[in-house]
Amino acid sequence: MVYVMIKELSPSADEVIIVTSSLMKDMTSKTDMYRANAIRVLCRITDGTLLTQIERYLKQAIVDKNPVVASAALVSGIHLLQTNPEIVKRWSNEVQEAVQSRAALVQFHALALLHQVRQNDRLAVNKLVSSLTRGSVRSPIAQCLLIRYTSQVIRESANNTQTGDRPFYDFLEGCLRHKAEMVIFEAARAITELNGVTSRELTPAITVLQLFLSSFKPVLRFAAVRTLNKVAMTHPMAVTNCNIDMESLISDQNRSIATLAITTLLKTGNESSVDRLMKQITNFMSDIADEFKIVVVEAIRSLCLKFPLKHRSLMNFLSNILREEGGFEYKKAIVDSIVILIRDIPEAKETGLLHLCEFIEDCEFTYLSTQILHFLGIEGPKTSDPSKYIRYIYNRMHLENATVWAGAVSTLAKFGAMVDGLKPHVFVLLRRCLFDTDEVRDRATLYLNTLGGDGAVVETGADVKEFLFGSLDIPLMNLENSLKNYEPSEKPFDISSVPKEVKIQPLAEKKAPGKKPTGLGAPPPSPSSTVDAYEKLLSSIPEFANFGKLFKSSPPVELTEAETEYAVNVVKHIFDGHVVFQYNCTNTIPEQLLENVIVIVDASEAEEFAEVASKPLRSLPYDSPGQTFVAFQKPDGVPAVGKFSNMLRFIVKEVDPSTGVAEDDGVEDEYQLEDLEVVAADYMLKVGVSNFRNAWESMGADFERVDEYGLGPRDSLAEAVNAVVDLLGMQPCEGTEVVSPNSRSHTCLLSGVYIGNVKVLVRLQFGLDGPKDVAMKLAVRSEDETVSDAIHEIVASG
Amino acid sequence: MKRSKVDAKPMGVPTVVDIKMQLHYRVALHYVSGSCPSIRNILLLDSEGNRVAVKYYSDDWLTNSAKEAFEKALFSKTQKTNARTEAEIAMFENHIIVYKFVQDLHFFVTGAEGENELILVTVLQGFFDAVGLLLRGTVEKKEALENLDLILLCLDEIVDGGIILETDASAIAGKVASHSVYEAAPLSEQTITHALATAREHLARSLLK
Repeated sequence: MVYVMIKELSPSADEVIIVTSSLMKDMTSKTDMYRANAIRVLCRITDGTLLTQIERYLKQAIVDKNPVVASAALVSGIHLLQTNPEIVKRWSNEVQEAVQSRAALVQFHALALLHQVRQNDRLAVNKLVSSLTRGSVRSPIAQCLLIRYTSQVIRESANNTQTGDRPFYDFLEGCLRHKAEMVIFEAARAITELNGVTSRELTPAITVLQLFLSSFKPVLRFAAVRTLNKVAMTHPMAVTNCNIDMESLISDQNRSIATLAITTLLKTGNESSVDRLMKQITNFMSDIADEFKIVVVEAIRSLCLKFPLKHRSLMNFLSNILREEGGFEYKKAIVDSIVILIRDIPEAKETGLLHLCEFIEDCEFTYLSTQILHFLGIEGPKTSDPSKYIRYIYNRMHLENATVWAGAVSTLAKFGAMVDGLKPHVFVLLRRCLFDTDEVRDRATLYLNTLGGDGAVVETGADVKEFLFGSLDIPLMNLENSLKNYEPSEKPFDISSVPKEVKIQPLAEKKAPGKKPTGLGAPPPSPSSTVDAYEKLLSSIPEFANFGKLFKSSPPVELTEAETEYAVNVVKHIFDGHVVFQYNCTNTIPEQLLENVIVIVDASEAEEFAEVASKPLRSLPYDSPGQTFVAFQKPDGVPAVGKFSNMLRFIVKEVDPSTGVAEDDGVEDEYQLEDLEVVAADYMLKVGVSNFRNAWESMGADFERVDEYGLGPRDSLAEAVNAVVDLLGMQPCEGTEVVSPNSRSHTCLLSGVYIGNVKVLVRLQFGLDGPKDVAMKLAVRSEDETVSDAIHEIVASG
Repeated sequence: MKRSKVDAKPMGVPTVVDIKMQLHYRVALHYVSGSCPSIRNILLLDSEGNRVAVKYYSDDWLTNSAKEAFEKALFSKTQKTNARTEAEIAMFENHIIVYKFVQDLHFFVTGAEGENELILVTVLQGFFDAVGLLLRGTVEKKEALENLDLILLCLDEIVDGGIILETDASAIAGKVASHSVYEAAPLSEQTITHALATAREHLARSLLK
């Protein structure tokens, strides 16, 4: 009992010398139980030095005749591997002996330890597995472990032999006939998880799982149905034999089993069984919790997409359950499913839209109502008889709450805009709204005026449509910030000036240079700021005020290594005709105060740049970051590149740390910083687009440039992709920067805004040509052909 | 769980949700496969969900409040099911839990999502039967609380730091019983008695010289 106490308290070894020495004595005592427990406790509280002292005893314990002691030592070894691997690895011989032990669990523990020790050595694991699969493994749990290691070996020896049989597959199949259920199940599961498993290989495993499905033990049924569910995702045909057994599971007491059975059946069902399945599911849905219901809804959606002819019954089912009680997530899932079905199965559109309209009649979730109204606005006008939906929409304007009214008015206007025949009717309705509450009245006025409420039935202009109904690319946060910063003046607010990127770091306070540090609680050296802050800062400096609009600020680049006396990083601000380098400096030496800090920049390797101004930093006391600026002129609109070497020059004054008073005399000193490059990627703003294909189509091929490049030998496809993305400095869209392993080709979609506010879209296709060579096809679309050419230039020279 | 509108793919191709579920399971399995089966916790609760004896072996629940929240939630989820004849199973918060009820005690064993459920059941059965042996057949809350030390020793002998030590109920009960025989003389006293005995021997010998 005391052992348990010590383990719970787990003190560190140096605190409790007495306890450890008693424990060490116990390790050699005659009573086996004491030995075992002392080992376990000691290994829990030991550290490296103590471990070497007791190592001898532990090695003896591993091969001890008493299985309890041996198990204790081995399990402790497994734990110790995390902290002192080298010591444990020295015990390999003893552990090897223990694997041959007659005691069942000792073998299990020894096997686990040996595998962990030799994990990274593939050959050793292979040998271990081969010897044991031929020998005898005494306990079922050790057999399970062996099955897991075997699957690992199979996975790593990925090459299938000529005969098509994997190594060790026979062993796994043999295990399917073992006595213990856990071994059978582990083997069946391992077979189903083999990479690229064929139906022939799966059949014995599935037969076994099918037997489990009808067991009286819920655990077996659950395990079997979960595995079959997984198999059904990739090999639905293989699982169809089990359908009958699974149908009986739908009414199982355990709801998890029932849900898994239903979802599997939905995946493996064929068209004829769909109706029968639907009937059973309807009874079932009322019993289960919301989270299960969502899973079922998703499965029904995929089923409907698989069998589009059945959309009527499935759609009816979905709308029925929509009408019943349910939480927000659940109803949202159903609405999403209906929307997807409408989009992809044209025949289902009419019925689907009507179902949705009926739903919003008494939907309690505002969010869903507005989503549906918006969706109606998009899809409704395209149907054969849009006027059907007007009634539903108009009703929304007088019931419900303000958000829904607003949505309804917008949708109504959209109908009017898209469908010319309906325009006069829509205008009548909109005019009625002019006497309504704020949201409705303002919107109605806007729409009436822009859509030409004089009653003429004319085609609505495309730009009007775009203005009213086009989507807003700008993140709302940035719009809010820009509006707050906008001061009312003659110049109207320019929406294109709102930055499109979302900067996650919050605005940090900047200390004005010259203030004494406020003690140990000083803020971190380089504050990160949003684009707004940079703009404000730069425009407050008179020398830079007339550079125009800031195009892009790069993230801070370190110019010094960590732990140096002065930490400096630089932010590159790109304007149309100028570049400003902002050097954020921090002095980490308490005994020094720096004054008149400037950076001498040598631009000899950057011919197109000419220095025009610099702003020194008056004073840089300890631990209070400050900024100094150097501005260069460059040719307008040209993405000039160059390399700059930097030297920090300042006057250093000694400071008495106790009083904080600086001396009067100072010494001039210099400090070399690292070089700084301005590259082509600096002229590109990373701006993502949510739907690349739409943007690509709408950009038009007028200024498209396509070319092919060989990138030469590369480490991997992923490395080549990353290199090109970094070189261009554009934003990868739709997750295309992630290259799946082992793929021989990849398409990457990039978007950005080039200097001069030109939108650019790039489609890169990579292919592995031979073992290492990477070939790339680059297609660029932009609004300006010089820009497209420029992009190709960048890649060609990069 | 977030659901997003996805562009539907042609039939036969799994949807994003399928892939997500499959990935989740695959990741869980990949984490488990090739590694030693490990137990995340063993719980013994009473018929109202209060603790009798619990042991956690995983970092998923670091604070006591997290542990108690888990126990409460788990209890309310499994309360209404009938797990008296056969062990039942449930999935909860990315764990697999097997459980069994007897009289007014609820036994739970938790493992990772991709773990072999039958191994978990073997551990549960071992624990359940060992407690039955130790409490001499009367497996109920009062008896358990009176013999809490035996139960705690039992938990200690089944799983060590997440690794399964023993699953055979009689072996477990045997180990616990041999502990309690020596329980009367705790560890430090033993060595001190031994030291005193050695000292006495030395004294006697020197006196006799």
